[in-house]
Amino acid sequence: MELTLWTYEGPPHVGAMRIASSMKDIHYVLHAPQGDTYADLLFTMIERRGQRPPVTYTTFQARDLGGDTAELVKKNIKEAVERFKPKTLLVGESCTAELIQDQPGALAKGMGFDMPIVNLELPAYSKKENWGASETFYQLIRTLLKEKVSFSEKISPLRWKEFGRRPKVNILGPSLLGFRCRDDVIEIQRILSEQGIDTNVVAPLGASPDDIERLIDAEINICLYPEIAEASCEWLKRNFGMQYTSTIPIGIKNTIEFINEVHKKLDLPLTNKKELENKSKLPWYSKSVDSNYLTGKRVFIFGDGTHAIAAAKIAKEELGFEVVGLGTYSREMARQVRATAKDLNVEALITNNYLEVEDAMKKAAPELVLGTQMERHSAKRLGIPCSVISTPMHVQDVPARYSPQMGWEGANVIFDDWVHPLMMGLEEHLIDMFKHDFEFVDGHQSHLGHTATNTKEFLNSDEKKEKNSKEGIIWTESGRAELIKVPFFVRGKVKTNTEKYAILRGIPEISDETLYDAKAYFS
Amino acid sequence: MSKVEFNKENGPREVFCGLTSIVWLHRRMPDAFFLVVGSRTCAHLIQSAAGVMIFAEPRFGTAILEEKDLAGLADAHEELDRVVNDLIARRPEIKTLFLVGSCPSEVIKLDLATVAEKLNKRFLGQVRFVNYSGSGIETTFTQGEDGALKALIPLMDSSDEEKLLLVGTLSNNVEDRFKKIFRNLGISNIESFPPRQSTELPKIGKNTKVLLTQPYLSDTVRDLKHRGCEIISAPFPLGIEGSTEWFIAAAKAFKISELKVHEIISPLINRAKLALESHKEILKGKRLFLLPESQLEISLARFLHNECEMDLIEVGTPYLNKDLMKEEINLLPDNTKIVEGQHVEKQLDRVRESNPDLVVCGMGLANPLEAEGISTKWSIEMVFSPIHGIDQAADLAGLFSRPLKRNQILTSKTLVTH
Repeated sequence: MELTLWTYEGPPHVGAMRIASSMKDIHYVLHAPQGDTYADLLFTMIERRGQRPPVTYTTFQARDLGGDTAELVKKNIKEAVERFKPKTLLVGESCTAELIQDQPGALAKGMGFDMPIVNLELPAYSKKENWGASETFYQLIRTLLKEKVSFSEKISPLRWKEFGRRPKVNILGPSLLGFRCRDDVIEIQRILSEQGIDTNVVAPLGASPDDIERLIDAEINICLYPEIAEASCEWLKRNFGMQYTSTIPIGIKNTIEFINEVHKKLDLPLTNKKELENKSKLPWYSKSVDSNYLTGKRVFIFGDGTHAIAAAKIAKEELGFEVVGLGTYSREMARQVRATAKDLNVEALITNNYLEVEDAMKKAAPELVLGTQMERHSAKRLGIPCSVISTPMHVQDVPARYSPQMGWEGANVIFDDWVHPLMMGLEEHLIDMFKHDFEFVDGHQSHLGHTATNTKEFLNSDEKKEKNSKEGIIWTESGRAELIKVPFFVRGKVKTNTEKYAILRGIPEISDETLYDAKAYFS
Repeated sequence: MSKVEFNKENGPREVFCGLTSIVWLHRRMPDAFFLVVGSRTCAHLIQSAAGVMIFAEPRFGTAILEEKDLAGLADAHEELDRVVNDLIARRPEIKTLFLVGSCPSEVIKLDLATVAEKLNKRFLGQVRFVNYSGSGIETTFTQGEDGALKALIPLMDSSDEEKLLLVGTLSNNVEDRFKKIFRNLGISNIESFPPRQSTELPKIGKNTKVLLTQPYLSDTVRDLKHRGCEIISAPFPLGIEGSTEWFIAAAKAFKISELKVHEIISPLINRAKLALESHKEILKGKRLFLLPESQLEISLARFLHNECEMDLIEVGTPYLNKDLMKEEINLLPDNTKIVEGQHVEKQLDRVRESNPDLVVCGMGLANPLEAEGISTKWSIEMVFSPIHGIDQAADLAGLFSRPLKRNQILTSKTLVTH
């Protein structure tokens, strides 16, 4: 039993709903009690969908349990098929139905329907949402394509040359309730098209079962979101020989690397290599003098595996930040996140407990947090600017404007979204210059709102008193006076470091000189 | 009883389960913690319904059952013990801990009553443990509150003191208003259940006169009757008419004349009628379809028809206690169609066929109906907004007139583009 106050991921059947709701001509009969219908609001309210998810809940009640719940399942399947006439039927159960063991999938298969039926077994007591989405997508592809396996020759990524047409690829993984998927797909299709590559099928987002059957018309698969599509890509590779990409095109370097990977796999010459550097404004914006102040900004990163790893690379290599924390709630991606963390010399945090993340954030003392909506709230409490880079979805993560994370425009969006919460470079410089003027009042930093600590509070805070008494360190008058002169945005860090230094050296009283000693020691 | 048409329907539903009521119950009692014993679905449901990310540490959580808990029941009890110990160590300010049963815990027959009993002995004098079920196989939405209140009744001491007991969660400001009006009427001993502090439970007995503020408390009412309480029969205090009748019924129970009631509340009524006018203008003659969810539907239908002059197409309710709703049903117009239960697909067919001006429904259905061109009001707002009492009548009407007004604004061309 695990005490959970809040969870990053929903149960696995919500993952299945994400696949079903992303697609056309599919219906999902879910053996579940009435309360499970809450999941509809994730799609209709958060994603603002104008259609109900294509889901029928069997709505069994306590009084049904003694009777024949299997009959109830069959009745609902029959009604759903008659009403919605799906081309493919998904049948599964949520956590409670799993315990009654009615095996709705097997029941459905015995009802004599013509359409393909996908029997979903998603263990609700050990797995979570992304796993459920991945498994559903994989089972759907397997069901619709397994009969073609024996007839099909291995698909050569070079066959487009024989066919005398442009190469074709599938884009796999984008789904509803995935972070900025809607816009990523447009961006990636645009990039591929510029390179003379056609998109065969995008799935699950917007695809129908017919499209799934057409997957093998493409040469290779683009695995855009491994959390959702890697298992499917692997199956298509094993059974049809279809190769798939492993680079996630988030950030300039990865987008270029992605384009290279696609060209290499297709044996398509890359003719506009030099141009690629200038497709996004990020490299120049990052190089321009105003961005000097970004150098070494301490950044804490937490999110799903894919976005967290990508963010770490961009932060370090493209914006010149220092990554002081990296973690994920995606256990399936733990290995990759650990590897990236190791390269960055930080310890990876793999957890589903947001309070642990908040603690780690506090300890890392970052100047910027890149996280989920939950980290945005934690950062707000700590007075640290934050930008959201990952699911779980919030209505704010479905903006009206075009706002991808991937490709060239994605890099532009990322530059703006990450840098704006930090103070504008010149603004910071000016505040530093004028901070001793009487007009300058602490706590007037709009990006921090009311949570910024002002000098008075800071010096009189209980936290400080407590700390002082606990560790026996006293701030002298000169020490305090010097500390006030330190710009507010690094003051916390300076204070902690100075105290650390004082403890280390056994200095009982901190004077202005101690402050400078500590500064020299830590620099 | 007016000639009301009763129907029952069965099938797939689109409603919340009783766990959702934790969202308002935990706010009412800031010294209580609600621990759901359930699955990741339960945790996800409550956070999705409540949008809890704003809290540092919410006063509700879920002990999520895992594979190993399902293997053997002895394990599950021990595990729950461990979780509770951790929780109390972390939150020592908690005075009452509700162990809330869920669909999975009910199906595996996890005996929360025994667990609560054991924990009560161990934490005697520190934390009280109460258990009830908020499971979706037994309860719909607001019925969760019924379960929670019923579970508290055995903890209430007996007293023969004469008092008025308001039963059902109210927002604090509405509660204060009601108490002031009752005092003006001459009723001085007034208490509320649930109270604002979980430890300050009212004493009850044969001179306790219970006045319900919410229509979904069937089980609580039954147990209060068993404890000798007198249940005052009245419509519910939604709108001017319902609230007036409600005050009069209470006054009658305390042998206060109706004249006195009118004397006290007529200025309020006049004021409220004035405030209601602009909403009535919008709502008058508009056709209303209520889908089942909160059990407030019948009272809302009565208010929207009698005071706002809306036409009722269908009044859905997840559950109907005809006895408890007697006074409300009496006030409904003849031939009102009440449907208990739901077959969501068939009901939506009827919605489309009847071409309503406004549909009251859950959040899962609102945007899809809007996309079809049908205006909606989501029902969950009814349980989070202060809507009770005469002073709130216009606010209550406003919840329904706003979507219509907005529609009007967005579809009209009032500015000429030059």
